[in-house]
Amino acid sequence: MTGAPRSQTARALRNRGFLTLCLACTTLAVLSLFLLLGSVFMQGWHGLVDQEAFKAVFSEGHLSSIPNLIRWSFFTEYASRRPDAAGIRAPLLGSVWVCVTCMVCSLPLGVGTAVYLEEFARRNRFNRFVELNVRNLAGVPSIVYGIIGLTAFSRMFGLIGKADGQPLQFGDPDSFFSLRLPFGQSVLAGGLTLMLVILPIIIIASQEALRAVPKSLRQASHALGATTWQTTWHVTLPAALPTILTGAILALSRALGEAAPLLVLGIPVFITSTPQGPMSNFTVLPFQIFNWAGRPQAAFHDLAASGIIVLLAVLLSFNGLAIYLRHRLQKTSA
Amino acid sequence: MNAPLPTPALLATRAAQRGTLRSTALRDSRERLVRGALALTSVFSVGITFAIILTLAWETFHFIQLPEVTLSDFLLGTTWSPLLGAEKHFGIWPLVCGTFLVASVGAAFALPVGLISAVYLSEYARPGVRATLKPVLELLAGVPTVVFGFFALTVITPALQGLCKLLFGAPIFPGYNATGAGLAVGIMILPIVCSLSEDALRAVPRSLREGAYALGGTRFDVSVRVVVPAALSGIMASFFLAITRAIGETMIVALAAGGLAHLTLNPASETQTMTAYMVQIFLGDAPAFGVENLSSYAVAAVLFTLTLGMTVLGNVLLRLFQEEYE
Repeated sequence: MTGAPRSQTARALRNRGFLTLCLACTTLAVLSLFLLLGSVFMQGWHGLVDQEAFKAVFSEGHLSSIPNLIRWSFFTEYASRRPDAAGIRAPLLGSVWVCVTCMVCSLPLGVGTAVYLEEFARRNRFNRFVELNVRNLAGVPSIVYGIIGLTAFSRMFGLIGKADGQPLQFGDPDSFFSLRLPFGQSVLAGGLTLMLVILPIIIIASQEALRAVPKSLRQASHALGATTWQTTWHVTLPAALPTILTGAILALSRALGEAAPLLVLGIPVFITSTPQGPMSNFTVLPFQIFNWAGRPQAAFHDLAASGIIVLLAVLLSFNGLAIYLRHRLQKTSA
Repeated sequence: MNAPLPTPALLATRAAQRGTLRSTALRDSRERLVRGALALTSVFSVGITFAIILTLAWETFHFIQLPEVTLSDFLLGTTWSPLLGAEKHFGIWPLVCGTFLVASVGAAFALPVGLISAVYLSEYARPGVRATLKPVLELLAGVPTVVFGFFALTVITPALQGLCKLLFGAPIFPGYNATGAGLAVGIMILPIVCSLSEDALRAVPRSLREGAYALGGTRFDVSVRVVVPAALSGIMASFFLAITRAIGETMIVALAAGGLAHLTLNPASETQTMTAYMVQIFLGDAPAFGVENLSSYAVAAVLFTLTLGMTVLGNVLLRLFQEEYE
């Protein structure tokens, strides 16, 4: 035995000391979050607020200036070499396009896989392998998915394309319904690459959601003569839907914050157009932030901080929604 | 002009036809169709794994075949200078070393702090405190990594420099260094450790705690000597997951760790990780099939092997040490 202290005071002291350590660690963890948010906010809020309107409202008390408080030009302008004229129009819209594409591709695949594994698959060796495989995919770094996306979607293994290296073009390049092979740096290539990143997350979350549906519901449905698919479609999926959606929101916010895999695809930093269709070029908000943060001038760091505030506002509201949904669900199901 | 009103006989015929449409044969074939389609979607995820392995293996093979590269140099070499100098060297160790340097700084911060916070949340905190703090920590998990990179660059590193100037009279840390990036990585993986360990601790049955209290244990005895050992497999799993994330982390190190690949374990020095090297290559317009481009595939292959190994090892440990309670 490791000589356990016998004296009551020593034990009480140790108990006390550990509690202090616990409190210190937890405070450190929470503090780091607030330090992070606080420092970004202090650096970035100037870029989002119209200074004259701010002065008018808070020093002179002109409440009529409140609608002008937000500096809209930050949202409506394209990136620029002059920090005071730069905005996030292209990356903001690019992020929306690429995330919508990503969700459209990954939700059916992810939920389908989860349904197969949970409702249909027998416990044989192959299905156990599929399940293990999904767990392992969740641990693959996103930049590796970026390299696979680059090879498979952007370049299509160098197998497709004209002899001179130019892509094959079908339809009018400026229209929504056009196709370019290989996909290059298009929204579709970006969305598919992000799909690789979040597919394991969606599968695991959906599996857990399906597992949480009580067995008795399925048994009742089977007893009425429903087949497995009828049971899944009419009983299990509706019951699991809120939890699946919570997982999907978390996966979406992961996709929204990813920069590394798209960086590997070679998306442009400086772009003065917004996407018109799945074959348009794009850039995303985290990548724009990365670019600004990597420059030496402090003015660009401030821009990066303003961009981070916008990104975090979107993400935190998504995550907050997901956490709220889950806690509500836990309450109602308990 | 008027369509004849449907007679009862017609309605009956239609019902009969609908009835035949619901034949079990049709239902069964639809069932098979759906089953097949769903099986296909799950095969897709296996396809991703094979695509990763085949692509990385194929391109790495091409990389090794290049005249300026040899396999032994790649796996054993201690110089990584693919871009500068007349003679290019491709020895992976400086990059592996940089990766481990940053990941260990992050783990040294996040593993103890995360575990102790988890013990606090699970064993000490009142339910109200826990209900507030856990979502706050989960918010931290939703922050994109590029934000942590920015934080490392603009707050952590200047703070480290200021601290060293105060203590030793010199800033010691350069603008890009492994400690700043590592601490940011630590803050990033903290919620993973804390949240998953807390789940593991809470899964330990109440009866174990009550038994320990009945023997006269203090809260410290119960949590550290009974609950933590009982939840060890889950805690180890959270550690492995967190370290895997730290190894694969890209944006933080690309922003804050610098771009100098050299074999060192000095946490105050500038360093380059495997992921940061890939960023350097793909940000610069390296030609699609040049040696630099191929080298990034080889680095990716090493990174993938490492993280996959960590994940598999974590799963094995989880299964070996998992204790079953009724």
